[in-house]
Amino acid sequence: MQHGKYRFIVGFLAVPLGLYTLFVVWPFVQSIYYSFTDWTGLSPDFEMVGFDNYARMLDDDIFWKSLLHSVMFALLVPLVTLGLALFLSFMINVGGRRRRGGPAVTGVRGSGFYKIVYFFPQVLSIAIVALLFAFAYNPDSGAINSLLRGIGLDGVQPLWLGDPGLALWCVMAVLVWSTVGFFVVLFSAGMASIPVELYEAALLDGASRFATFFKVTLPLLWDTVQSGWVYMGILALGAESFAVVQIMTTGPGGPDYSTTVMVLYVYQKAFRDGQAAYATTIGVALLLVTLAFAAVVMRLGRRERLEY
Amino acid sequence: MTTTETPAPPPAGSGAATPKDAPAGGPRPARKEGTTLNVFSHGVLVLWAVMVALPLVWAVMASFKDDAAIFGSPWSLPDRLRFDNWSRAWSQAHMSDYFLNTALVVGGSLIGTLVLGSMAAYVLARFDFPGNRFVYYLFVGGMSFPIMLALVPLFYVVDNMGLLNTIHGLILVYIAYSLPFTVFFLTAFFRTLPTSVAEAAFVDGASHSRTFFQVMLPMAKPGLISVGIFNFLGQWNQYMLPTVLNTDPDKHVLTQGLVQLAVSQGYKGDWSGLFAGLVMAMLPVLAAYIVFQRQVVTGLTAGALK
Repeated sequence: MQHGKYRFIVGFLAVPLGLYTLFVVWPFVQSIYYSFTDWTGLSPDFEMVGFDNYARMLDDDIFWKSLLHSVMFALLVPLVTLGLALFLSFMINVGGRRRRGGPAVTGVRGSGFYKIVYFFPQVLSIAIVALLFAFAYNPDSGAINSLLRGIGLDGVQPLWLGDPGLALWCVMAVLVWSTVGFFVVLFSAGMASIPVELYEAALLDGASRFATFFKVTLPLLWDTVQSGWVYMGILALGAESFAVVQIMTTGPGGPDYSTTVMVLYVYQKAFRDGQAAYATTIGVALLLVTLAFAAVVMRLGRRERLEY
Repeated sequence: MTTTETPAPPPAGSGAATPKDAPAGGPRPARKEGTTLNVFSHGVLVLWAVMVALPLVWAVMASFKDDAAIFGSPWSLPDRLRFDNWSRAWSQAHMSDYFLNTALVVGGSLIGTLVLGSMAAYVLARFDFPGNRFVYYLFVGGMSFPIMLALVPLFYVVDNMGLLNTIHGLILVYIAYSLPFTVFFLTAFFRTLPTSVAEAAFVDGASHSRTFFQVMLPMAKPGLISVGIFNFLGQWNQYMLPTVLNTDPDKHVLTQGLVQLAVSQGYKGDWSGLFAGLVMAMLPVLAAYIVFQRQVVTGLTAGALK
């Protein structure tokens, strides 16, 4: 297989690698370089300014707000999403009524139906989901407040996205809503591959379902949970939080910057305020947060790998 | 396996065989726990299903109402099906243009992603050469980096090449940003395919590229379908890349167009048209998902299970 091997390798790799380098790798490298300049993005002239942008960033209150919100996105959204998804998939796969002579653990009836419905939001664009909920949260005509009125809770009519104390939670809830189904399906597949003998042994020993979940299911699923956390956290730091915050909250960035996130702040500095160099500085901070997040989750979550 | 199940009622010893309501004895508590749990789990599962479905149902109903009904009674059924909302959204609100633009961009970039991605993945999976690992990790590393960091300089790279606000420019960028996952997934897939077939083809005198296109690609079809569905949904639903690189209203893709519409219709006050546009954008994807349910789920979860 040696004949013309290198010509073939070069021929096949050149276009994909060239495109990738030009549009992905090269801009990444450039943006780290630009973070040490005073480039506006509007004119081609710029000078090196050392660490000025970084010093400015540390003094920028809005940057610190966006950092705090981004960290909350990366920690809380996966926590709630994965917790809810684990709970629901456990109910789907192990919560079934035991029939005489049937297997020790069974899924509930209609488990396929639940999984199909839960997965709906996953196939929709996050932008469309964000728009839908922007209307649903509308204090006057939105679905949520009119539902509250409908069940007699006339007094409870929050401003939702208009309330600086609530807006961030509203936005995070939308991300949870749209991703739980994906993880239910993912975890269900994982649970299906756990040998049923393990559940039987646990039941034989008199373990309650509660104990079964924490002592059998969760440890065996841990790898999936952990990589799900990293995957979800990266999304919540990046594209997904950009879409929901930019589309749903006023400003965008919410009343009194109450929902602004790092990825949105990068976008606004570069394409609204003409401060491209400063935008890349915040982008570098976002990169550091992302890497630190992944490292922490991988490290904290490290356990002995269970073979079964 | 099924016979070892302990908490099942005892095999009704002597004559007191009451098959349904098992005797009051040991098994009772376990059974009760099972039933309570069953009721509880159904309750929770139904509740979440309702929470997922309600916003969608609400939007579909609103798309058939007039503005007064949308604001006055958001949860009532529409008094009649106002299809004029839909036709207004389709033509006046330019939904048809947005659909066309999206179809062009996604069509081009999906084909490009699959062709280029499988070429790179095949070489990386099957050939030993200096720098193989480096190129592989260069591709794979792109999955975990925040795209927004690259987007600031990328805007000017694309601008300098004269590709800003063009369909083909957007296609090239979509391909580049889809390559990391595609290469990662397909490299793993090509490694699982047997080497003997390719070797036989090669011995028979087929060139490397002919072996790839006529032997390996057909064998890789299941992997290509999974990663194709993943990329199709990702590119069809893409919002951040076009928001930065495609600011010309005539070239807007669906997601951008809808957000634009929400702003402009907000001023005009045509809410029913807006909801019609929203539902119009949701339904094809949901319908496709329901039809190809199994493939879509496999495609989307395949990467995460690795």
